[in-house]
Amino acid sequence: MPNTPVASAVTLSDVVLTRRVNRSQQIEVLDSVTLSAAEGSTVAIVGPSGCGKSTLLEVACGMLKPTSGTVTAQPAAMMAQRDLLLPWATALDNAALALRAAGLSRDDARDQAADWFPKLGIAGFENVRPAQLSGGMRQRVAFARTLLAGRPVIALDEPFAALDALSRIEARAWLSDALAAGGRTALLVTHDVEEAVLLADRIIVLSPRPAKVVESLSVEIAKPRRRSDPQVVAMRQSILELLGAGQ
Amino acid sequence: MIRAVLVAAVLLGAWELYCRLSGIDPLVLPAPHQVVAALWNDRSLLASDLLSTAGEVAAGLVAALLFALLAAISIHLSRTMRRSLYPVLVASQTLPIPVVASLLVVWLGYDLGPKVAIIALVAFFPVVVATLGALAKTDPELPRLVRALGAGRARTFWLVEAPAAIPGAFDGLRIAVVLSVIGAVFAEQAGSESGLGHTIQQALPQLLMSRAYAAVIVLSALALALFGLIGLIERLLVPWARVQGSQL
Ligand SMILES: Nc1ncnc2c1ncn2[C@@H]1O[C@H](COP(=O)(O)OP(=O)(O)OP(=O)(O)O)[C@@H](O)[C@H]1O
Ligand SMILES: [Mg+2]
Repeated sequence: MPNTPVASAVTLSDVVLTRRVNRSQQIEVLDSVTLSAAEGSTVAIVGPSGCGKSTLLEVACGMLKPTSGTVTAQPAAMMAQRDLLLPWATALDNAALALRAAGLSRDDARDQAADWFPKLGIAGFENVRPAQLSGGMRQRVAFARTLLAGRPVIALDEPFAALDALSRIEARAWLSDALAAGGRTALLVTHDVEEAVLLADRIIVLSPRPAKVVESLSVEIAKPRRRSDPQVVAMRQSILELLGAGQ
Repeated sequence: MIRAVLVAAVLLGAWELYCRLSGIDPLVLPAPHQVVAALWNDRSLLASDLLSTAGEVAAGLVAALLFALLAAISIHLSRTMRRSLYPVLVASQTLPIPVVASLLVVWLGYDLGPKVAIIALVAFFPVVVATLGALAKTDPELPRLVRALGAGRARTFWLVEAPAAIPGAFDGLRIAVVLSVIGAVFAEQAGSESGLGHTIQQALPQLLMSRAYAAVIVLSALALALFGLIGLIERLLVPWARVQGSQL
């Protein structure tokens, strides 16, 4: 790897971000975060709850301006922690929202969005409203919407947080397929260290708030990876130790 | 529905009983059976009155809705409009309607115009307030998402905020329907040749109390029917919002 420098799709250098939490109080959320994601790679971000992972993604997507430091990133689309589906729109129209926002007509947007439903295993649910979809289906629709934005970078904020263990395994499969096929750069926030080891090419471990990069680990394990693979188990264990939850 | 009929029946029974037992002069308070008789005897008059009042109310409501949506959208999108237009709209609701109605009749005559204006004046305000309320309560992350996906201010409004506000507009319309019927009576009393309000006004000096009461009942029926119609349209137009609590 060191001899084949790959262009970086997202680079944050010394990013500091303070947020106002109420009228009189500001808190430092990001404390000099430096990281980069190589083009086409999947970078997982793990860290304690509330440390600033969602904030970090919003900064990388240009939705929040850092207080100081620089962000250089290709255009990115974000899949937020909450699925943010429009309750009045069907699954198809929700997926198509990314295209409608970019100015496509309703019919063109629907045509393009419809292609993703079979690929994500939700064919037949195009005309169902979010309230009638299961949590996993809602997340697939939100994922389709994120992909359809057509940005070279996608930022996924705990995309499987709402799923039970069994659905997560299935969801990981369609996620890694979609990522492998798309050639996109992905930033993946997850609280599941094992998931990070299974899916990512690089894992960024963050400290408690204000978030600093504790470690940036390259994952050199051949894909597809299995949970029982000793290398996977060992890496998972060492990351948990970094997070202070080793035992 | 059955329960509503029952409540009405009990109230009517009590009213009838009171009239019989107290021996009150029917010129002061007619008994329900006399009102029913008037409903039947005056049916052709009341029917044509209903038609003209319903026409005025429908036109007034449409005008109110169009104006209210326009006002709500501009107040929502523009700080300047919120600061300048909104206070004026609030102030408009303190105008004494019967006085305004008389002035408008002097100005615009006995046609439909002043009636539509009065009805719209009393009916638009709840729609503005409820629509603005719904717009303000839209999950702020939704417009933020759509903007991040590349939409401008106007497109964001049509994709996210406008649909989110529709149920609010319907809440306002429900109040507007009831007010519009009262507005119609004031408007007709200020100057008109037909309509339920006109008939009530004519009946009183002639001591046709039963007819006046009959006209009031027809008026209430009109309000109820419109209220139900709004609920029906809402269910067709806004099927995602299960608005059971707010319907008849
Ligand atoms: N909209 C906001 N305005 C102000 N402060 C915020 C906002 N959102 C989050 N914060 C603050 O920023 C800090 C980090 O929040 P963030 O959501 O980035 O954490 P996280 O690592 O994603 O947490 P979790 O694992 O629970 O999703 C928190 O202390 C939170 O209070
Ligand atoms: Mg988060």
